[in-house]
Amino acid sequence: MPTVSVGRDRLFAALGETYTQEEFEDLCFRFGIELDDVTTEKAIIRKEKHLEEEEGDEDEEVIYKIEVPANRYDLLCLEGIAQALRVFNWKQEIPAYKVANISRESMIKMHVKPETSSIRPYVVCAVLRGITFDEGSYNSFIDLQDKLHQNICRRRTLVAIGTHDLDTLHCPFTYEALPPSNINFVPLKQVKNFRADELMEFYKSDLKLKKFLHIIENSPVYPVIYDRDRTVLSLPPIINSAHSAITLKTKNVFIECTATDLTKAKIVLNTVVTTFSEYCERKCEIEPVEVIYSDGKSYTYPELSVYNMEVSLSYITGAIGVPLEAEEVTNLLNRMQLHAQQSVSGDSSTINVSVPPTRSDVLHPCDVMEDVAIAYGYNNIKDIAVAKGYNISKGRAVSLKPLRLEEFSHLIRLEMAMCGFTEVLSFILCSLGDNFAMLNHEDDGSTAVIIENPRSSENETARTSLMSGILKTVGQNKAHPKPIKIFEVGDVVLLDETKDVGATNPFYLSSYDLQIIHGLVERIMQVIGLVPPDDSTTYYLKPSNEPEFLRGTQASIVYKGKQIGTSGIVHPEVLPSMVSLLVDSSKVSIEWVSSLTPELAMVPSDVSPVFVVRQGTSSALLPMLTHLATLNGYEGHHHWHP
Amino acid sequence: MPGTRGPVPVPLQDGTRDVTQQILDRLDSKASFLTSTEFPDIPQNEIKAALDRLASRAMVQYTTQDSERLSLTPEGSTIVNEGSHEYKVWDAVHKAGKLEMKDLLSAVGDSAKVGQGNAMKNKWIKKDGSALVPAVDSVEDATRIQLQQVQDTQALKDPKLQADYKKRKLIVATKVITYTVEKGPKYAKEIPVEVTDLTADMLASGEWKTANFKPYNFKSLGATQNAGALHPLNKVRKEFRDIFFNLGFIEMPTSRYVETGFWNFDSLYVPQQHPARDLQDTFYISDPAVADKPRADPEAEAQMDIMEAGINKLHGTTKPKEPRDYEAYWENIRKVHENGAFGSIGYRYPWSEKECLRLVLRTHTTANTSWVLHRLAQDPRPAKYFSIDRVFRNETVDATHLAEFHQVEGVIAEPNLTLGDGMGFLEYFYAQLGIGNLRFKPAYNPYTEPSMEIFGYHIGLKKWIEIGNSGVFRPEMLEPLGLPKDLRVFGFGLSVERPTMIKYKVDNIRDLVGHKVSLDFIESNAAVRLDKN
Repeated sequence: MPTVSVGRDRLFAALGETYTQEEFEDLCFRFGIELDDVTTEKAIIRKEKHLEEEEGDEDEEVIYKIEVPANRYDLLCLEGIAQALRVFNWKQEIPAYKVANISRESMIKMHVKPETSSIRPYVVCAVLRGITFDEGSYNSFIDLQDKLHQNICRRRTLVAIGTHDLDTLHCPFTYEALPPSNINFVPLKQVKNFRADELMEFYKSDLKLKKFLHIIENSPVYPVIYDRDRTVLSLPPIINSAHSAITLKTKNVFIECTATDLTKAKIVLNTVVTTFSEYCERKCEIEPVEVIYSDGKSYTYPELSVYNMEVSLSYITGAIGVPLEAEEVTNLLNRMQLHAQQSVSGDSSTINVSVPPTRSDVLHPCDVMEDVAIAYGYNNIKDIAVAKGYNISKGRAVSLKPLRLEEFSHLIRLEMAMCGFTEVLSFILCSLGDNFAMLNHEDDGSTAVIIENPRSSENETARTSLMSGILKTVGQNKAHPKPIKIFEVGDVVLLDETKDVGATNPFYLSSYDLQIIHGLVERIMQVIGLVPPDDSTTYYLKPSNEPEFLRGTQASIVYKGKQIGTSGIVHPEVLPSMVSLLVDSSKVSIEWVSSLTPELAMVPSDVSPVFVVRQGTSSALLPMLTHLATLNGYEGHHHWHP
Repeated sequence: MPGTRGPVPVPLQDGTRDVTQQILDRLDSKASFLTSTEFPDIPQNEIKAALDRLASRAMVQYTTQDSERLSLTPEGSTIVNEGSHEYKVWDAVHKAGKLEMKDLLSAVGDSAKVGQGNAMKNKWIKKDGSALVPAVDSVEDATRIQLQQVQDTQALKDPKLQADYKKRKLIVATKVITYTVEKGPKYAKEIPVEVTDLTADMLASGEWKTANFKPYNFKSLGATQNAGALHPLNKVRKEFRDIFFNLGFIEMPTSRYVETGFWNFDSLYVPQQHPARDLQDTFYISDPAVADKPRADPEAEAQMDIMEAGINKLHGTTKPKEPRDYEAYWENIRKVHENGAFGSIGYRYPWSEKECLRLVLRTHTTANTSWVLHRLAQDPRPAKYFSIDRVFRNETVDATHLAEFHQVEGVIAEPNLTLGDGMGFLEYFYAQLGIGNLRFKPAYNPYTEPSMEIFGYHIGLKKWIEIGNSGVFRPEMLEPLGLPKDLRVFGFGLSVERPTMIKYKVDNIRDLVGHKVSLDFIESNAAVRLDKN
């Protein structure tokens, strides 16, 4: 969720009301944003520099950090939040944005050259005329672009915004894609002229900009925007030129958004122009720009047309579960910045909703329904539901069987604990070294999945056995009184070409004990319902040769001819810390580890202890079942099969 | 004495010496005595053990006296015998009349260095060029006299001097504990035989009637039990499972840690540019490199068949099902993302099949929920499902977040289900966990609308805490599955870790999950009674 930092006093001035922190938190809670932190500019700097917390001055400006939903781009700056809350509090009418009515001839033009299609094919533009910035609104304008770049623009890969002082430029503009060596300009915050390829090299050491270089770096041509006099406006998505930089004194702002995703470019442009049109001479009016592609197709931006959605009243009230009149619904929607009108045709009442350009999050009638619910108050809905009783089909006169594997693993866990073992819960994620080398195994690439982007070596793969987690637990608990008797039951991940995802997770049991657990294996087999060994129809032990165990002191557990587990004395080379444990404690002489593999869990139901419940109903039970079903609101839905 | 069985006397033998008996004997002739004078050779700890044994039977009473005793170090003893270093220097100089400083070492040995300085300070000797000459004809060796006194009395009155000698390592102090002993109310000349356990022999002989039973020592710990233990997180997990079963929920198969982008994201209407799909948030798999398109999973299907057999019977749907059409579902998902469909304008971006077939470690079990709901679409009816299993996030790890955790997920599908029904249900569900009076905050989640964060007042902690997420699944997620428009599906989720940490008062998640967890912690925690806080 994005977080927006706003000055508290500026925010309250914009809201036309002062709140206590508690009151403001409550307002946020009801509207669906969250006051995440209360701090000051100086405190933020102190934190960044890791300085000791000092007593803040009384006069420091208080900053509210507000968390907003990730799909509400209109709330990414103070102006947007303030407007949404003013409308929510009935303090403002929903603003009606419009495109200035100017003739096509006098419209500013942007010509798009065909070469751009290979690197960044789209551009959308608009002009904010007669704007008046003060320090607060200017900073907010810059911050909003930053937030949009971070969020919907996916760090400028999808969309990049350039804003320019129109009075320093001469239209028409051209959007081109040229070899880097042909582009020369003075970039923002620099005084010297750079060639584009040199500039990219220069920015490799720039903490903020180096993250964006990869977007165009390997392309033979870079996107660039020029004015009539070949003055560079910007080298998107990297940097604007110093020449057209906006200042506090800028009166007319030219905005261009270049993009690889046209839908998002339009949303970004709309968000910037609608939010800041309130500072224009003609409030809520935006001057359009014509974008002309080389094939002659031409488009006018911004597209501020509202999108109309017809939503039936019964859908809204039915989904929320509270009876509401059409008029109430339209009033509630107005509080959420959605124009709504009732239209009646026959018996059914329909709400016509106009979705403004600021509300790109509204995709489906369910989004409208949610806004009604928020404006009505989630907690009011809950109170009504609790009071009248919620309507969900409750009990059933059928047995609910647990997932067999889950129940089996639970039973094994109980039996292990009854044998005096302590359950541990180790991580699925581990390093390749712990999974293989530590256990004397080589990674031949055929068992473990590989994680592409681990943050640390602890997350290189998903375990293929439980043994390393068990042994590491022992290593961390050397001081624990002996014997240490622990076990784990859980899933491992193995490569498996027969699955659509190329991997499977079977269920394993592993345990560790400083005394022989041969008897434990027998006990577990016994509770599973298998007769003792030496019977080839069930299970038996035979010598094995696994590198994690000492030669001659290990066995495979074989069930119906298939190996389902191993047990043995852990090889002294397996874990250096284990060896020191052996040396440390004279009482400890041998340790056994055993693991049972999935086939054991998959034993046929005739030997499995998983509940076997007979299905079917007798005629004597029918009246009772019918009664129960009716009680549960299922009249007419049920059929009995003999 | 754990393990002692049968009627046994309780002697305290030290070789041939029975200290308890000696104490009893001495009290027979003396009303009161000091152990340091009566038994100077028996170690203090043996005396203490014997006294405690007798005192626990009220046979003696005693009080403890701590005192400090001074004794001489070997160097201190040498001074008492031969005189102090400064005396030895003066003596040598005095005897020689005039002594070259370089010859002093051979004259007095190790005493030269310290002794010369002190003798000069005391004005016993003085320098004459490179030689030393006596300044007085006779001296009083005060150090020797004081140390002599320490040797005689084991004490020294002047505390300043005492500190000085300690610093010079001439004397050491040892703590001496001695006891004043007198008869207790149950004094006897011998310890009566005490019995710690009732045996079959005693019952047979009738000896139990007269036996002298040893009173319990309530201050000592009992014997450690050879008990196994379940992990606290799994105990809480089991509680959740039971609550779901009692509420009529069916368990979903979730044995798929490795999942496709398709099921984990696209099926849930999470657009392909959504930040959750970034490398910073999700673990991607590089081997295997790519997944196949979704296809039948007969094993999971068979498990669901078993669990749903009863419910299907109730709804009269026992007919064999058609195989699922995964291809049609795939195309529905493409449409709803790329162009919009099912009443939605869609996200309007070029949808990539390749992105769908990337493999991830699942970030939520909702991926599996989609699969189960796709199954439900073959035979739509009211249904309730749950799962509790591990999920993975490539996030920064801190005291409350790990790269993997257990997600609890509940799903309710019901014709014409309302938001209020879902909220009312959650109020009831959380009441089973001891949390009441829920509050819901509007939130954003790509696959639910309305979306709500759940806050609850925790009676134990006495404050509001965020306890889960919930919402109604979006039509863009449900209708591509083939579910009818009026079958609404309410979902909610929370982690097992958070309630477990609150329940067992664990501050750092690494103390709860993983190999660094203390086994003592696992073995000693209480049973789960969630409603007891």
